[in-house]
Amino acid sequence: MVQIGNVYMWLAGILSGIIGAMGIGGGGVLIIYLTLMAGVDQITAQGINLLFFIPCAVIALVIHSRKKLIIWRLALPMILGGLVGVAIGAYSAEMIGPNMLGKIFSAFLIFIGLRELFARRKEDDGIKKSSR
Amino acid sequence: MVGVKIINTQKKRFAYLGSILVGFINGLLGAGGGMLAVPLLKKAGAEQKQAHATSIALILPLCLFSATLYLINGKVTFSDAVGYLPAGTVGAVIGAFLLSKIKDSWLRKIFALFIIWSGVRMWFR
Repeated sequence: MVQIGNVYMWLAGILSGIIGAMGIGGGGVLIIYLTLMAGVDQITAQGINLLFFIPCAVIALVIHSRKKLIIWRLALPMILGGLVGVAIGAYSAEMIGPNMLGKIFSAFLIFIGLRELFARRKEDDGIKKSSR
Repeated sequence: MVGVKIINTQKKRFAYLGSILVGFINGLLGAGGGMLAVPLLKKAGAEQKQAHATSIALILPLCLFSATLYLINGKVTFSDAVGYLPAGTVGAVIGAFLLSKIKDSWLRKIFALFIIWSGVRMWFR
């Protein structure tokens, strides 16, 4: 299934690495490629993306923590809460099955996309102010 | 570098509760937890870039746990994923440096259009 040297595969990998490391949802890109172009089923694509993101996140984390951009005392308690959520989520994915999961994933993409498009103004101003 | 604002306890509690949902999305959809984590972190007092960086610190352990569960359930194997890793690591290095260099609003707009288009295509697949 995986062909080394496929141009699209490299594009999808690099793009989702970039977007993932910036913290704006690289996962979408790889899963989209895997399901729409590589013919992988939804739940396997999700699993691939999870494994894929681990080394990407380690690299990004090293770079970000050198720049003191990470607020650990906020992250640590949220990790605990998040782990509880993961257990429930992964179990639900198992129950729901790939077809329905694909629909939920598409709806989630559309929702996030629309939010990014239309709820951005204030935050853009925020970036300008805080980065000066 | 920008300092951390004084954080309102109630908003922090909201972020802690919200983190369960972040984990849920990560486990259910194998992606997208960070999308939720960034606004939560900002509500709890993080600046924009801190929120993006901190979201990765949050998502990494969640990914590790999710991936472990997927592996145990036989939904994926290491060999399924290994072909994508070289490209991903190259991208991650570029992306992590870009975060502190560029104003990312144009990237977000393109990304938003891209995922809406993909979402629609995936729905009708």
